Amino acid sequence: MTSFIPGLPQLPKAPTGIEGLDEITEGGFPLGRPTLVCGSAGCGKTLLAIEFLVRGIQEFHEPGVLMTFEETADELAANVASLGFDLPALQAQKLLKLDHVHVDRSEIEETGEYDLEGLFIRLGHAIDSIGAKRVVLDTIEALFSGFPNEGVLRSEIRRLFRWLKDKGVTTIITAERGEGSLTRQGLEEYVSDCVILLDNRVIDQITTRRLRIVKYRGSTHGTNEYPYLISEEGISVLPVTSLQLRHDVSDEVVSSGIPALDDMFGRRGWYVGSSILITGTAGTAKTTLATAFAHEMCRQNKRCLFFAFEESPQQLVRNMRSVGMDLQPCVDSGLLHIEAARPTLNGLERHLVTIHRLVKQLKPEAVVIDPISNLVSVGNIAEVRSMLTRLIDYLKVNGITALFTSLVSGRNIQQEMTEEGVSSLVDTWISVRDLEGVGERNRGLSILKSRGMAHSNQVREFLVTEQGIRLLDVVIGPSGIVTGASRLTQQIQEQALAAAHQQELDRRDRELERKRRVLEATIANLRTEFESVEDELRKINDEELTREQALALGRQQVARAFPTEKNPNPAGDGNHA
Amino acid sequence: MEAEESPGKPPEYVLHLYITGVTPNSTRAVRNIKDICEQYLPGRYELLIVDIYQQPEKAQDEDLIGMPVLIKRSPGLVRRLVGDLSDRQRVLAALGLPPEATTSR
Repeated sequence: MTSFIPGLPQLPKAPTGIEGLDEITEGGFPLGRPTLVCGSAGCGKTLLAIEFLVRGIQEFHEPGVLMTFEETADELAANVASLGFDLPALQAQKLLKLDHVHVDRSEIEETGEYDLEGLFIRLGHAIDSIGAKRVVLDTIEALFSGFPNEGVLRSEIRRLFRWLKDKGVTTIITAERGEGSLTRQGLEEYVSDCVILLDNRVIDQITTRRLRIVKYRGSTHGTNEYPYLISEEGISVLPVTSLQLRHDVSDEVVSSGIPALDDMFGRRGWYVGSSILITGTAGTAKTTLATAFAHEMCRQNKRCLFFAFEESPQQLVRNMRSVGMDLQPCVDSGLLHIEAARPTLNGLERHLVTIHRLVKQLKPEAVVIDPISNLVSVGNIAEVRSMLTRLIDYLKVNGITALFTSLVSGRNIQQEMTEEGVSSLVDTWISVRDLEGVGERNRGLSILKSRGMAHSNQVREFLVTEQGIRLLDVVIGPSGIVTGASRLTQQIQEQALAAAHQQELDRRDRELERKRRVLEATIANLRTEFESVEDELRKINDEELTREQALALGRQQVARAFPTEKNPNPAGDGNHA
Repeated sequence: MEAEESPGKPPEYVLHLYITGVTPNSTRAVRNIKDICEQYLPGRYELLIVDIYQQPEKAQDEDLIGMPVLIKRSPGLVRRLVGDLSDRQRVLAALGLPPEATTSR
């Protein structure tokens, strides 16, 4: 529960068993020493003390003695029976000893010197008879009303605390808060080991209970004021800051219920046991997105708990039917539990208790809270944050996927969420918003963060249709992503552009074809020209040859006519020819 | 524990004195009550002296806080006289006896 520096001796402590208190006291109350619990009326001093005893018996096997000065044993037993503390049964098992000290001024007459030995003997006898390790004195100040001699009382009370210390019992002394001091009778003067202050404060008509460790000798401790609840299971302190981040994580992924949204996440969904926040302005389908997830969980046969702070269950079922999600079968089969309540019905702590109780009872695999921003109306932002921190941690530790929606005002979305401080607590943050163009509003969705997973950086327009939520493809115009009517315009323009482009292409093709034909014609022409030139040349050549042959023939004939003149060799074929 | 009873009819005064051993307050208280009884209630009282060190369970049963204490069971309302009973006027008043000055001497 707490991490100590090894090697250093620690003050021995008696764990209280009270949720959260052991964490801020780093282990419990000082063992074998008295602890003073003071506070004004109705802040649960007696309850804390009794729970300390009962838990001590049930969880740590330490019998206890309860000495009451105000309520009788029967009254007390009846008062705490509603918390499941069965005091008579514990008494019967000799684990608890109840002793009601009745102090009545009218019965008592002081006739001389006296001491409070009677109290010592009673207490000593009670402790010894059951071997008690824990003692509660509730409220010892009542003695001051019965015994007028303050000097004797004070010295006797001092002696009593000393005696309890020597006995080695861990003691809680409760005391009423005084004016300007911690207790009315200044008991803090005698109990110097550990002082716890309970406070019941009403701010803006809302009551918050707070606990503070005023001092704790010999030990470090949480120093803040911690809100605490009185629930059906007793006291639960909310040690927001001391809770350690040490929960197991799941590597599984669960679908968001919208396939296109899953596609925007690197692993097609979000991790099981993570927390998801959907923020958006009014009417941006936050509830629809949340319901889609709840519906998907039910479809996978997983139990889902839905807290609706705005709509009644019937209204939610009806409204979601209009977008193609029928929740009625899920509700009927018990997979979906819709818990609807106005946030102002209860204080914050009560809401937290309700959520805890239902989670414990139903053991859901997913919890949806729609919306958390409404809770701000019952508490200030710091309180809401601490409650949500506690809640988110609680769900995480239990491996429950949590989805919250939150309404933000149109302006400064980021700023507002930082103020509420929830954004740093959640693992996945989806923002839905109005993309307001000329004369119309469209819905856009983007993922602001998703721990441990790649995710799309695009703002996706989405439609809420009768078949559910549909994400549209991204269309990019001259000035960024376009939506709605502009999207249509853009698409038409793009189609026209594409057609024109095609025509241009066709035209170019035709041009080329023409050019090719012209070229081919020219080539044919040139070839014809060449052929005619070739013909001409051949003809000339032939004529030349013919002429030369004719010339040669003519010469022969001439030679034959004058054979002797120039022919010294008459032999040969010429004679015979 | 010791009891001192006068024989005969049931005693008028039933007094229980609870003491804590032999502490100075207790021994003084025993002396004082015996004195008073002998002086003002001879034969009319029943005095029971209980040492709660010997019977610690009595402390809770009798709802004892301040010690020593004298519990007057009867007559009249039950009264608790806390202390060593040295304030005689108060003791007498609480026991319903007339003040010392007028009755004695």
